[in-house]
Amino acid sequence: MRFLMLVKHGENPGPPPKEFLDAMARLGEEAAKSGTLIQSGGLSPIAKSTFVRLSRGQVTAIDGPFSEAKEVVGGFAMFELKSKEEAIEGAKQFMELHRKYWPGWEGETEIRQVLGPEAFDPNHRTAC
Amino acid sequence: MPMAASSGPSACADGLNVVLSVVVTATDTHRAIDAVWKIESARIIAGLTRIVRDVGLAEELAQDALVAALQQWPESGVPDNPGAWLMGTAKHRAIDHFRRNSLLERKHPEIVRELERKQEMVVADIHTAIDDEVGDDLLRLIFIACHPVLSTEGRVALTLRLLGGLTTEEIARAFLVPEPTIAQRIVRAKRTLAEEHVPFEVPRGSELAARLSSVLEVIYLVFNEGYSATAGDDWMRPALCEEALRLGRILAELAPKEPEVHGLVALMEIQASRSGARTGPSGEPILLLDQNRALWDRLLIRRGLAALQRSEKLGGARGVYALQAAIAACHARARLPTETDWPRIIALYEELAHLTPSPIVELNRAVAVAMAFGPAAGLEIIDTLVSEPSLKAYHLLPSVRGDFLFKLDRFAEAQAEFERAASLTRNARERNFLLDRAQACEEAEPKSGPR
Repeated sequence: MRFLMLVKHGENPGPPPKEFLDAMARLGEEAAKSGTLIQSGGLSPIAKSTFVRLSRGQVTAIDGPFSEAKEVVGGFAMFELKSKEEAIEGAKQFMELHRKYWPGWEGETEIRQVLGPEAFDPNHRTAC
Repeated sequence: MPMAASSGPSACADGLNVVLSVVVTATDTHRAIDAVWKIESARIIAGLTRIVRDVGLAEELAQDALVAALQQWPESGVPDNPGAWLMGTAKHRAIDHFRRNSLLERKHPEIVRELERKQEMVVADIHTAIDDEVGDDLLRLIFIACHPVLSTEGRVALTLRLLGGLTTEEIARAFLVPEPTIAQRIVRAKRTLAEEHVPFEVPRGSELAARLSSVLEVIYLVFNEGYSATAGDDWMRPALCEEALRLGRILAELAPKEPEVHGLVALMEIQASRSGARTGPSGEPILLLDQNRALWDRLLIRRGLAALQRSEKLGGARGVYALQAAIAACHARARLPTETDWPRIIALYEELAHLTPSPIVELNRAVAVAMAFGPAAGLEIIDTLVSEPSLKAYHLLPSVRGDFLFKLDRFAEAQAEFERAASLTRNARERNFLLDRAQACEEAEPKSGPR
């Protein structure tokens, strides 16, 4: 099962402490070595976002800067895991890391399953 | 250093199954424990094996820790760092185990001294092991589980058990084999490793190539078992593909300089990328060229192509897995079937045939030749394979030959080939598919003649 993890935090959490960056590097290495991390990345600040919107029959592209949002998605990671419980455990470890090495940081990891054909038909499990 | 023969109780094959079946039916905490176990068990077993030098004993100690978690966590809650908790608990069990043993052996002073020395070493070792780089231990565990001293079946079962954290029941279901058979294979494999004093190490020098190829063989075998579903259909089979892919990715991280590891990973990533397109709504197989390429997983293709490139950069382009990956990559790069680079595929099959001559490779080359130069050219190659004894019961030979004959409007011959192929396959859906093609020949027959 594939899961997308969205890491959300306040608009400007400030620069991360070095200890945090070191711990993150170790966790990233471990995740790669566990064979479960498929893809990951950090995202540019929301001030640089562009929204392309369809509303009342009109398509418009709106550039930033925007007034500060309460919470923004700062990064994402895609994992191939055996169960949602594994995803939860992984996200907990990730949050633990923040708690330990980045005092004052607050935020959340949203876990979203990436749907395959099996999500729409319980009897259908594709042979890969 | 050779492993000591197991001094613990005999390897218990069913303990984990009992434990995990409890997990499956119990509360959220139990589900969390199951997840933690699947994430952490291989690393814990690997770390313990380095310390106690016996895979069977290491697994037992790890399971003891799991049992302790099942008893304590529902009350205390899941600890902040569950992996470290399990490792710490297993560590204490290891120390207890050695203390108990030295008490039992008190009558033999030399042995006691030896054990005490060992125990001191062990205790020191355990404390460093926890903070140590676990990667090397995991790599050693992969090599020991895939050791050539074991039967292929034993290697597969042990690898899935120790590295995949799969239960005996799950492995049995995936391979459509009775559970006791798998349990016995695992017990026997552990015993063999202990009896043969197989060292817990990453092989070096001239031994490395042979040992690595044994590891790759096991991983690819697991993948293919899931991918090709030779018999029946079962939901555990896709899990085998995923497990093999995961093991391959781990290996690529742990042994990043080995080109064939990346070659195998590339091959599996690209093959897995087609999983959503390989079967129709009712499970019937869809041939590569008929697949809806929009359903191919671009992320896996990209990972596969990157792995292939890594393999080639390391000088591994001519490896058996890299060549097969390169062939798969030709398909992956073609946005439409008509854009397929068939001449390159033919060249790659020729190289593969040179490296590992096999009628199966020839059969595949015949398909590529038919695509590049027409069915008559393909038929010419395939007709040299018809008398090949090793392909006598291989359904794809008459299936492919039938396809060529069909395209040459030789419908009666094609029909006979499809019917023969249908009688040879063990897969029900494939059989239906072949019988449908035979039926199509019969319908085409009256209009026989140039189309």
